Amino acid sequence: MSLLTALELVPLIGSLLLFAVPKENSKLIKQFAFALSIVTLAVSGLIALRFKTSVPGMQFVESHTWISNFGIQYAVGIDGLALVLILLTTILTPIVLLAGWNEADNGRWSVRTFYILMLVLESSMIAVFAATDVFLFYVIFEAMLIPVYLLIGGYGRGERAQAAMKFLLYSLFGGLLMLAALIGIYIISTNQIGGTFDLAKLSTLQIDSGTENFLFLGFFIAFAIKAPLWPFHTWLPGAAKSATPATSVLLLGVLDKVGTYGMIRFCITLFPHATKTFTPLIIVLAVISILYGAFLAIGQRDINGLIAFTSISHFGFIVLGIFAMTSQGISGATLYMVNHGFSTAALFLVAGWMVARRKSSAIEDFGGLQRVTPVMAWCFFIAGMSALALPGISSFVSEFLVLVGTFTRYPVAAVFGTTGIVLAALYVLITVQRSLHGPTTPGNEEMTDLNLREKIAIAPVIAILVLMGFYSQPILNWINPSSHQTMQAAGYSDPLPKAGK
Amino acid sequence: MTTRANLVYLIALPLFSSAFLMLLGKIANKWGHFFATAISASTFGIGIVEFIAMRSRSGDARAATQHLFEWISVGTFRVDASLLLDQLSICFVLLITGVGTLIHIYSIAYMSHDVDRRRFFAYLNLFIAAMLLLVLGDSYLNLYVGWEGVGLASYLLIGFWNQKPAYATAAKKAFVANRVGDVGLSLAIMIAFTQFGSVTFAGVKDGAPHASAAALTAIGAMLLLAAAGKSAQFPLQSWLGDAMAGPTPVSALIHAATMVTAGVYLITRSNFIFDASSTARLLVVIVGAITLLFGAIVGTAKDDIKKALAASTMSQIGYMILATGLGPVGYAFAIMHLLTHGFFKASMFLGAGSVMHGMDDEVNMRRYGALGKVMPITAITFGLGYLAIIGVPPFAGFYSKDKIIETAFNAGGTKGILLGGAALLGAAITAFYMTRVFVLTFMGKKRWDDKAHPHESPSLMWIPMVLLSLGSVASGYLLSKGSALVHWLAPVVNSSNAEGGAELMKPIVVSALALGVVVLGVATAIIKYGRSVPIEAPAGSALTRFARRDLGQDDLNHQLLVLPGQAITRTLVATDFGFIDGVVRAVGWTLAYLSQSLKKIQNGYVRSYALLMTAGAIALLVTIWLVTL
Amino acid sequence: MDISNYIYLSAILFVIGAIGVVVRRNAIVVFMCVELMLNAANLAFVTFSRIHGNLGGQIASFFTMVVAACEVVVGLAIIVTMYRSRRSASVDDASLLKR
Repeated sequence: MSLLTALELVPLIGSLLLFAVPKENSKLIKQFAFALSIVTLAVSGLIALRFKTSVPGMQFVESHTWISNFGIQYAVGIDGLALVLILLTTILTPIVLLAGWNEADNGRWSVRTFYILMLVLESSMIAVFAATDVFLFYVIFEAMLIPVYLLIGGYGRGERAQAAMKFLLYSLFGGLLMLAALIGIYIISTNQIGGTFDLAKLSTLQIDSGTENFLFLGFFIAFAIKAPLWPFHTWLPGAAKSATPATSVLLLGVLDKVGTYGMIRFCITLFPHATKTFTPLIIVLAVISILYGAFLAIGQRDINGLIAFTSISHFGFIVLGIFAMTSQGISGATLYMVNHGFSTAALFLVAGWMVARRKSSAIEDFGGLQRVTPVMAWCFFIAGMSALALPGISSFVSEFLVLVGTFTRYPVAAVFGTTGIVLAALYVLITVQRSLHGPTTPGNEEMTDLNLREKIAIAPVIAILVLMGFYSQPILNWINPSSHQTMQAAGYSDPLPKAGK
Repeated sequence: MTTRANLVYLIALPLFSSAFLMLLGKIANKWGHFFATAISASTFGIGIVEFIAMRSRSGDARAATQHLFEWISVGTFRVDASLLLDQLSICFVLLITGVGTLIHIYSIAYMSHDVDRRRFFAYLNLFIAAMLLLVLGDSYLNLYVGWEGVGLASYLLIGFWNQKPAYATAAKKAFVANRVGDVGLSLAIMIAFTQFGSVTFAGVKDGAPHASAAALTAIGAMLLLAAAGKSAQFPLQSWLGDAMAGPTPVSALIHAATMVTAGVYLITRSNFIFDASSTARLLVVIVGAITLLFGAIVGTAKDDIKKALAASTMSQIGYMILATGLGPVGYAFAIMHLLTHGFFKASMFLGAGSVMHGMDDEVNMRRYGALGKVMPITAITFGLGYLAIIGVPPFAGFYSKDKIIETAFNAGGTKGILLGGAALLGAAITAFYMTRVFVLTFMGKKRWDDKAHPHESPSLMWIPMVLLSLGSVASGYLLSKGSALVHWLAPVVNSSNAEGGAELMKPIVVSALALGVVVLGVATAIIKYGRSVPIEAPAGSALTRFARRDLGQDDLNHQLLVLPGQAITRTLVATDFGFIDGVVRAVGWTLAYLSQSLKKIQNGYVRSYALLMTAGAIALLVTIWLVTL
Repeated sequence: MDISNYIYLSAILFVIGAIGVVVRRNAIVVFMCVELMLNAANLAFVTFSRIHGNLGGQIASFFTMVVAACEVVVGLAIIVTMYRSRRSASVDDASLLKR
């Protein structure tokens, strides 16, 4: 059993063990789940240490036959791309568990169920990034929906049932298209190399272009819904408004990355020609997402809705970078996935604490918090700065890489994308002004500042945001080889300087 | 060849001091300001040491570098965190740390009653760190980090009293206007990478001769946009007046002496781009000329002393930008005016702060008058700065501004006459509005009511003012003696091989002309404001009212950007719910409607089920019969 | 006499029964109509058995009778219980499946 399987199993087995803990002893349940997530983090740290930057391709590979009739395997392995996303998962999970210590207390079901769902979700998120068998990926991709659906529907607020249902239906619709494409590619593989779902083998298939386009779309739409890319985004604001902060962080910070991860791992690798065909369209959608998300964010009155729309804008950047097909674009997009995870985590967690204290999520109900709760205000401010990609904070590196990578191939798209940074400044600063500045809004005078637990939870996120802003090269060293492989698979190479000597 | 030096402390010390003071919290309230001032002074010390070391080296070895670490490296895109201290950046290092330290000292007294003084000093140190990074970075991307860093510090300091909504809005406005400029800087870096495969100054310089004219012009135009944002140049100038919401030492340091001149630094640093593109240079001089007149005209109408000085800053930076567009020799003059301006404008802003300190934060000059008697030191230091800015010999502004006017006239042809004329006209208006400021504040009859008790400021405040005013007296002479600065900067900006160009007029004639218009301006102001000044501003002519409204810049922005932006936002919010989500909901509704219709069949009556079964059986039979027929 | 007349009779009986099931409300009558339909089917079975000259149809009709007998037992029991609980033998009152 490789370390990778162990990493998947720790939270899964832990969630089973939680059933043994009595329902009423919520404190023990919380401590146990938190300890487990720390163990998972430690195992993932071990994997990161043993990961070899210089080796191309998958590492920690393991495969067993699962359903032999259809050539389906339990096959896992990671490259730099998967590694950073798994690390993102394992770092964020303990943080959200700690940050949302009391979130589950007033849910529809017990605290125990909440933590079981959280751990199952963590396990499946690790597994989805580790899977190298397309069928296995699909199964986990769909299975992940269940814990999220229950977490939103059972522990959320507002119109949580509706939001959870919308999320589920959207995702199932995408999953259905993906299933059709999956069966299609399996049948093609049966005719050419004997039925298999192995990613590496599937990428060698010769598919005629019409079929390839349909298969590509099947995968792409599923991922575009998950990402979410305009115009498949309307499930996100509702889900973000209704979910608890911890769920929101995992949903937007990690789960949605499966979409953009899938675009790199499956769409481009499996269907290079169709990728070329659809790239112009996708670039346009990405640019629309950037600007549209930013404008919608400016127009939001609900703080969680605002964060959701900023995410749509940021996902536009990620997709833009991926399909720019330059090493800067793809590496930048991958780094952006990580940075966006931490940035969104900071925003959602602090916003969640603000909402929990104010009992309202309308931005106008805050105001003057800088004076009342300085630490919380500062955390929100720094999170906001990371959302507008201030240089010196990690998002800047990735956003700039995406833009510069896009510019070398698609200058017009990059110019439009760059104007997004003005809009980003607007939506962040307007919110900062409304919520933190000005006279203290009546009702906020007695608001308490962050307690020790909350400070401990947010501190690592902020530290990562700042440190990676100044020094992100170690992570780029993980990412670069897999971006290089993606470009090779798609048959692209970086444009040369125009004014070369 | 390359000299190595330990430059990182210049940035690291104030940066960590800032973080330290922020994280430490209330514990540091008692001594935080002293700590921050000491750190700032120590960076000045390092600056002096580096300056002496640089002077002791010769020729090409003067520039020193320090490689810190590999920051970003993806494919061919490689940016290292490394620093470059050359003849150009040392000027800025000394200006930033020198003036910065004086203003730290001043602020100890100025902010002594503010509960958040420690936070203020943390911001100031953050600003020093970011500004030093801006001038020390060896690539455009490193510069960009400092560039936005000073933007952040400026935002925090303008909004230092952000509990007042107007101040918070001013801070936001400054940041957003700067961001528009940052789009320019980002795009310039992207074009540079696409063209040259490098974003270091050296790499771009090496590549510039091989690039197409269009590419160079594009880079130049984008850099100019960046400079316009940061340096409050037309058309992005509207934020500077509002930025006066910040505490006055901030206005002196950031919005007069250092940060707003970063645009001049950027253009001077990118001289290899502008030298290679005459179109870009033309754009630069147009922006410079428009802004210098624009700022001067606005300055004549403002009654708020800080806003008048802000308009003046805008106008003076217009001079600098104009100079940078005039070719290799212009860069040195731009930097010279930048340095002298740093002294006299900081001195005047601190003077204004001193006046406000004595007048309970009253900023309306119509309520001042005769303050020279009660605040003699302030009046004298302010007066020296005033004489320097209007260009009276032998004060600093005379040397630096005269050179710019002269170079503008020598630009050749109609362009030369237009630019020179604009510069000359600007000088006249400057003399007028600065005299107006001085007369309204320090001379005439007292117009303040008896509740105010104006008094001279404490020594911690006037000592920096005195030192700065000494600078505004002597710096011009020292920098221009034997063309000291021109020669000093020659290796960076190539000014040594600048062709002389045909002289339109003898330098002495230009000086005489300039002095003539200055006297005219001063005289007009004294005649107009010398005797009596109404406390309530008169309605004024249409032009005055227009100038009071910043020549309609805010209104224009409102009409052109804000209203359409709000309309787009509203439309998109409506579209998102109504159309995009509407389509999704329509699918849901359709399905719901269909199932509602089908649901009616399930009425629970056995008889109707039986009927349906019968009908179904008959339909099945009929179908079979039809098919087999 | 033409043997096909038995088929017609059977069809007529079946239709009468079917209409009765659909139209009548009284559970007993509905029940009797169901029986009528069963017997119509039986008649058809026997007739076809006669036409084709084998015993399959007759055996089938015996099965039908047995099933019908069971049905009567169960069905009547249900109807009686229903009548007891509701004081009505109308099938329209027993529309609990709707919810």
